[in-house]
Amino acid sequence: MSEAKPQALRAEALESILIERGLLKADAVDEVIALFNERIGPMNGAQVVVKAWRDPDFKARLLADGNEAIKLFNFSGGQVDKLVVVENTPDVHNVVVCTLCSCYPWALLGLPPRWYKDPAYRSRVVREPRAVLKEFGVELDEGTEVRVWDSSAEIRYLVLPQMPEDAADLSEQALLQRVSRDAMIGVAL
Amino acid sequence: MDGIHDLGGKHGFGQIVRELNEPAFHERWEAVVFALSGAVGAAGAMRNVDQFRHAVERIDPVAYLDHGYYGRWLGGIENLLVEAGLLTQREIDDRVQRSGGVLGRVAARPSSAPDRVDYAPEGLAAQRPLSAARKFNVGDAVVTQDAPCASHTRLPAYARGKRGEVIAWHGGWVFPDANAHGLGEQPAHLYTISFPGETLWGPGAEPATTVSLDLFEPYLKKVVKP
Repeated sequence: MSEAKPQALRAEALESILIERGLLKADAVDEVIALFNERIGPMNGAQVVVKAWRDPDFKARLLADGNEAIKLFNFSGGQVDKLVVVENTPDVHNVVVCTLCSCYPWALLGLPPRWYKDPAYRSRVVREPRAVLKEFGVELDEGTEVRVWDSSAEIRYLVLPQMPEDAADLSEQALLQRVSRDAMIGVAL
Repeated sequence: MDGIHDLGGKHGFGQIVRELNEPAFHERWEAVVFALSGAVGAAGAMRNVDQFRHAVERIDPVAYLDHGYYGRWLGGIENLLVEAGLLTQREIDDRVQRSGGVLGRVAARPSSAPDRVDYAPEGLAAQRPLSAARKFNVGDAVVTQDAPCASHTRLPAYARGKRGEVIAWHGGWVFPDANAHGLGEQPAHLYTISFPGETLWGPGAEPATTVSLDLFEPYLKKVVKP
């Protein structure tokens, strides 16, 4: 165990003061941990992607109106005011960022990974998306158009990755394993 | 505002550091900060997300880079609690020191003359029906506002004074530039604007790339085609 960071000590000091004042429930922290460990995470987005791969009507509805299409999943928490799903094709690759803070579709992907919130990704992916994608191991043809989506308002973006070539042979469970969080951000295939 | 948070296009941050099988929270204090963000809302010190984002933008810039995502939130939360008069930084400092901790660099920079946000959001989401007609249509060429401003804005510096194309219209939305400062929701039309890489980064830009941003109507002017 490393020495506690000053910001950790400060957070805990604030926690104890606000609990004493009745402004924070003593079990609020445990509730937050349970919410994001158990109920909200990339498994939600993966369900949406696999349904879009297996059901062309659903895919059309998802691309036309994301919020309306995902109602059937009843995801709880992590509100997304407007969901826009962007589709990868052989000619177009999409990648998502928030350069001003760290906006991210919580309801579908949970809390963002550290690299998504760090200055290196936020500064670089708008200026040199191909170089960043290469660092992530994504090799694109020169002719593939790269579209970067900077989430500068309350719209949240989800990338619909290309369907695996052997998708027809795979069960729903096997397909769910093929959808990574990073693919839904656009930094993996 | 031209704060450290406006990172798009900045040079020098180097490799992106990734972590396999990352947990939702690395340490308990990160979940504490998440829970605190709910508490400041319930206590009336944070009335909307725009006010919160602006509170985070106003923290010490060195801490912004050094304290991580939840450290930044913590600084914003402390700004709001102090500005609302709910506690003082001295009280937090005393509590840290009484528990044997080292103060370290304090991120919060509360304003002595804070904005007052004295209204609750008019809806759970940020969409607002808007009777005013929109100025732009999909396919229009627009140019973004060029002047920097000291207050909250969702127009990143790298996209200022640039020409792009409207690729989507999203109806009326709460205008963060007003709402963050307690000036009302002032809903505005929202558009997605696509910019070619070369427009943003010059001739050295990577080929066949575009960057799209969701921008509010007050940021935009129509380009009159010659």
